[in-house]
Amino acid sequence: MQQFDEMYTAVPYAQPSGSAAVRPHYQVFADWLACQDAGAMARRREEAEMVFRRVGITFAVYGDKDEDGAGVERLIPFDLVPRIISAQEWAMMERGLVQRVTALNRFVHDVYHQQEIIKAGLVPREQVERNAQFRSQMMGVEVPNQVYSHISGIDIVRAANARGQGDYYVLEDNLRVPSGVSYMLEDRKMMMRLFPELFSAHQVAPVAHYPDLLLETLRQSSPATTAEPTVVVLTPGMHNSAYFEHAFLAQQMGVELVEGQDLFTRDNFVYMRTTRGPRRVDVIYRRVDDDYLDPRVFRSNSTLGCAGLIEAYRAGHVSICNAVGTGVADDKSIYPYVPSMIEFYLGEKPILNNVPTYQCRKAEDLAYTLAHLDELVVKEVHGAGGYGMLVGPAASRAEIEAFRQALLARPDSYIAQPTLSLSSSPTYVDSGLAPRHIDLRPYVLCGKTVQMVPGGLTRVALKEGSLVVNSSQGGGTKDTWVLEA
Amino acid sequence: MLSRTADHLFWMSRYTERAENTARMLDVNYQTSLLPQSAEVAQLGWEGLLSISELLGAYQYQHGAVTARAVLDFMVKDEGNPSSIVSCLNAARENARAVRGTLTTEVWETHNQTWLEVHRMLRAGDFEREPAQFFEWVKFRSHLSRGVTLGTMLMDEALYFMRLGTFLERADNTARLVDVKFHALETDFYGAASARDQEYDFYHWSAILRSVSGFEIYRKVYRDVIRPERVADLLILRADMPRSLHASVNEVVNNLGKVSDDPRSETLRRAGKLRAELQFGRIDEILATGLHAYLTQFLDRINDLGSHISSDFLQPSYA
Repeated sequence: MQQFDEMYTAVPYAQPSGSAAVRPHYQVFADWLACQDAGAMARRREEAEMVFRRVGITFAVYGDKDEDGAGVERLIPFDLVPRIISAQEWAMMERGLVQRVTALNRFVHDVYHQQEIIKAGLVPREQVERNAQFRSQMMGVEVPNQVYSHISGIDIVRAANARGQGDYYVLEDNLRVPSGVSYMLEDRKMMMRLFPELFSAHQVAPVAHYPDLLLETLRQSSPATTAEPTVVVLTPGMHNSAYFEHAFLAQQMGVELVEGQDLFTRDNFVYMRTTRGPRRVDVIYRRVDDDYLDPRVFRSNSTLGCAGLIEAYRAGHVSICNAVGTGVADDKSIYPYVPSMIEFYLGEKPILNNVPTYQCRKAEDLAYTLAHLDELVVKEVHGAGGYGMLVGPAASRAEIEAFRQALLARPDSYIAQPTLSLSSSPTYVDSGLAPRHIDLRPYVLCGKTVQMVPGGLTRVALKEGSLVVNSSQGGGTKDTWVLEA
Repeated sequence: MLSRTADHLFWMSRYTERAENTARMLDVNYQTSLLPQSAEVAQLGWEGLLSISELLGAYQYQHGAVTARAVLDFMVKDEGNPSSIVSCLNAARENARAVRGTLTTEVWETHNQTWLEVHRMLRAGDFEREPAQFFEWVKFRSHLSRGVTLGTMLMDEALYFMRLGTFLERADNTARLVDVKFHALETDFYGAASARDQEYDFYHWSAILRSVSGFEIYRKVYRDVIRPERVADLLILRADMPRSLHASVNEVVNNLGKVSDDPRSETLRRAGKLRAELQFGRIDEILATGLHAYLTQFLDRINDLGSHISSDFLQPSYA
């Protein structure tokens, strides 16, 4: 299988590396790297780890306990080699992201209103209405700007084509509560702290204004009931794995970080309990799934949300970002239809490719998938975080057989895709620099307009050969540089 | 500010202050136990220390006989004991983590670093090797956290609730210390019969003073030999002694006034009345009515203020 490395033109890396094999936009970095001795880089790595721990940039691991019985806080490994994207490539990606997120928002609005795309026969009705993320409570509800996905995390990978060049593909649209943006910001801060000289040698597009864009987006999404909206971030609490990020974003935006217990509703408006009495809340950036938002409407035993919230929301007295029911568009069973959504709503050709996808609910796709399990990646349509997934080429015979049984039992629940050879980036491992697979998650903001900061979060699979970059599966992160032309 | 946020800030400061006061008392007791004195006196010291924190029962249930080593371990590194130094530092950090967005980076990192370090030190056996240095470290981390707070936090509600927590806790802790140390000696309060007892008394009183950093202050204020009623005067009534009841209650009233919208609130009235009594009180009157009775009602009133602050601000019941 062809390999594509972001920095070098050949894999494995020639030792010692000559300058000929470096791609042009990495040249300045490569020259700098050649002058660094291994000991100094190792000390930088230790320094980074110490700072992350002191600052408390950690995530809690579900289920794990340390010897005292307290929850474990782990660092997400941080790699010192940045992932660099040229200005032209980013310009193309940015156009593609605006296009894709615009179409996805049109789709969600359509699903909860006229359902034109279903009537046109492009998306089967049962794929939408029997989807676990479809919320009938949202039918006919008007949301500000007709926007549902205010914050979208679009996972993009690059894979080698037959000519040995890299093609970008969208792997997944995360439209519910995409996380990781705090690592994008902290990784940049760390790189600027460790290697300030690199930033004077490169024109790296800044990302630090992301919280400002986010706040602007949230304020633009306020209901019309007030001119000066009060925005809050709703977190499940400090034991959630992404708690650091919730606190970080609230602080950076200068808004309150609330838990469900801090909120209550009165006369169809939402209030928070403050030391000076109740205060009205207009926009809720929720980091809590739909199911937990309101015990009167969804899970009745949930204490993470606020009773009466959905009624206040339907009355147009409060905004919830992302909107309730947005998940109907980020399901893996809806993913194959995104290119046709773009053509249907925008009349444009998709700029970003989809990965070819076999929908196992279709008999012929299922047959193909079953015959090629050792080559394909099979994903559960509702899975996330790298759980419930088979990577055929890396799987044992027993794992493949287990998936075969699962596929036969519930074909509707799976899709399959060819195993893409994700591009690699030089990454520090025990033996020195080695190629490791990476992906990219840009964060796309949608209020009255679509905006984003250049780049996003680059995740790296630290295990040799692994294609799974999720932090819950031992993935790390890298700083992502978009070079200004 | 969110009530829950104020609650976390308040308790974060209380636990930090509690860790410091525990370190102070353990340190003094540990230093005293190095002096030539009867085993009985040392024993009384360790028992007194446990009763200050109302932990004698819990300790005896777990460990039986009171020994220096076991008390130190119980009060320093036993995570099952909610009043141990490590438990207080854990709780301070948990509360800080819950509101890290409200704290400045420096304040959060101070609490997080203290927590990381205390666990590292305990694992490495630093405390067993050099207890005195460990106690000094705990005190200085608390000084640092107060200093970083004052030096970096915006002067708004968040700061006032933190200060409220610090001084309510300090008022409570100093009152307990005075109560236990005087209670132990109530029989011969006004002077010792023999020279040996006099010498012992000197160490007893100077230890109390040292535990509140008050030894030099006493000399400077009274220019006199150490006399129990003056120690009591210093620790209860002197407004310029930073760990006294009067100074602590002053800060409670000041900070309460800043977070309170209603100048006629019941909480503020009770706090103000307590301050007035300290301001116009006389030590001979207090001693005449009985120090223990006085301090018992003082602790009740501090406790009552805590509940009022909680229901006014931290856990209001409306909806």
